[in-house]
Amino acid sequence: MRPAFLDSKDFWAGVMFAATGGAAVFMARAYPFGTTLRMGPGYFPIVLGALLVLFGLWFMAKGLRSQKRIEGVWSLRALIVLPLSLVLFGVLVERAGFVPALAVLIFGSAAAGNEFRFGEVAVATAVLTALCVALFIWGLGLPYPLLAGF
Amino acid sequence: MELFNNLIFGLSVAVSLQNLVYCFIGVFVGTLIGVLPGIGPLATIAMLMPLTFSVGPVAALIMLAGIYYGAQYGGSTTAILVNLPGETSAVVTCIDGYQMARQGRAGPALAIAAIGSFFAGTVGTLLIALAGPPLAEVALKFGAPEYFALMLMGLVAAAVLAQGDMAKSLAMVAMGLLLGIVGTDVNSGVPRFSFGINELIDGIGFVVIAVGVFAVGEIIANLGDPAERQVFTSQAINLFPTREDLKASFGPILRGTGIGAFFGVLPGTGPAIASLSSYLVEKKLAADPSRFGRGAIEGVAGPESANNADAQCKFIPMLTLGLPASGVMALMLGALTIHGIQPGPEVMNQRPELFWGLIASMWIGNLMLVVLNLPLVGLWVKMLKVPYRLLFPAIMAFSAIGIYSVNNSAFELYLTAVFGVIGFVWMKLGCSPAPMLLGFVLGPMMEENLRRALLMSRGDPSVFLSRPISLTFLIATVAILTVMAAPAVRRRRGDIAG
Repeated sequence: MRPAFLDSKDFWAGVMFAATGGAAVFMARAYPFGTTLRMGPGYFPIVLGALLVLFGLWFMAKGLRSQKRIEGVWSLRALIVLPLSLVLFGVLVERAGFVPALAVLIFGSAAAGNEFRFGEVAVATAVLTALCVALFIWGLGLPYPLLAGF
Repeated sequence: MELFNNLIFGLSVAVSLQNLVYCFIGVFVGTLIGVLPGIGPLATIAMLMPLTFSVGPVAALIMLAGIYYGAQYGGSTTAILVNLPGETSAVVTCIDGYQMARQGRAGPALAIAAIGSFFAGTVGTLLIALAGPPLAEVALKFGAPEYFALMLMGLVAAAVLAQGDMAKSLAMVAMGLLLGIVGTDVNSGVPRFSFGINELIDGIGFVVIAVGVFAVGEIIANLGDPAERQVFTSQAINLFPTREDLKASFGPILRGTGIGAFFGVLPGTGPAIASLSSYLVEKKLAADPSRFGRGAIEGVAGPESANNADAQCKFIPMLTLGLPASGVMALMLGALTIHGIQPGPEVMNQRPELFWGLIASMWIGNLMLVVLNLPLVGLWVKMLKVPYRLLFPAIMAFSAIGIYSVNNSAFELYLTAVFGVIGFVWMKLGCSPAPMLLGFVLGPMMEENLRRALLMSRGDPSVFLSRPISLTFLIATVAILTVMAAPAVRRRRGDIAG
């Protein structure tokens, strides 16, 4: 049987805090700690990291007993496709230009939802892209080429 | 009279054509996103902030502030008409507002909500004008130890008074402080947590974190649990409240404004707490409490005034002390910093046009909102028919363009994507991201003041205890923590949040 704490909100929050804090302390060891009189660049991060580790341990302990389960449905599709379309925008805007990058972003993010309808999204992409070009490039004068590299 | 002169000066700044236009855009967008569930003022301000960089700080702040208080108005419209709180602050308004609408009295409910909000907004504006100068005067005497203690108090109070798990909020503040460290240390020139990435040497962009967590992260979460939206019919609405309505609302509006102003200056307490408190007070004072929940106009008048007063008064600590009392105020503070303005008591003396212009514009904005909301109510309701599946790609597009326009850096877009995922994980784990934002904004200032204070005292940490003002802040911090951690209070807090 799967132990209950593996579904616990508090347990995983604890893991997250402890891991972040631990990583911070680990990395900050390389920076001079200094003294209380002259705090080095390592002072504040190490104190904060240690604090986060303590918080993390406390939540992990709490999570072993708590009943608070992680709620709701995880949309794995949204979790992957949405950030990916943002990354694609970044890649494309410098290589292919504003319009293709934006079209990919809008179409891509729409595809992250579970009510995806091809025709509707295609129209929405065209309209929104045109709107953004009018507003940002012509209206606000952002200096990006509409198409590049062709 | 100085107050009068200052306000006149502010008005003269606020009525310039550019500022009026930005104020209008702000309250318009604010009302729009207030009406639409699934997107709040935090995400909107973060996403549109980069677009205000090219205009001056005054117009930028006027617009961003307009989005913020405009959202309070918009939220109440949907609460009354479709029983759907557009913003959390309007949850209470649903109770009696929607009942009034079902009884065919949507018009008076909307009108009273607008009148109450306008009154509260006016009083809030006056309060900022009155309380601002003396507070800034006091704050000018603060040294590094006082600032450090004040920020510590602000952060702790914001974390423990906010809704949700108190310990997690505190941990999230620490998380934010840590994120604020990323970048080159100003004193030693050592790049910290930069992973050898050039773009991180200047630190993580404020807009990147805010948009990543509050726009992208929120959308990922929303796509996981799609909320059902009700279908409704809108009919012609008679807006005019009767004389009895006005009479019944007078007291609640006054009390709601007072309650909202009180909670407004406290860090961490969102407008939801102010409106709920006002609702409970009105219910307690009513001759016949059983009317509440069945369309009592007092239950709309009080809370709607309270949440607007709260929204307005949140500006007091931000403008005078440089201390953000909520996530939105942290964004405003970030906007000031990006415009090269060091937040704090100096703002009022060095940039009087910013301080007084912003205040006066808030009053003008409130006036615009009344005009915008009442006659155009049908238009706003129609906006609700825009389905979320078309809305969120638009939010993504605006976010991406906004981020890219800050530094023309594709790296910041990748970082935003990362923070979107992180923000989603935080929300799933019950870690509210707003306290993180406060920590992130205050982190560098806090470290600097701590360093300076200890340098001043030759490394003796007792400097925080030997200076009376700093000692007071520290005692208050401990007191807030002890009171809020007491089992009795925690239980009651759980009731309110749940």
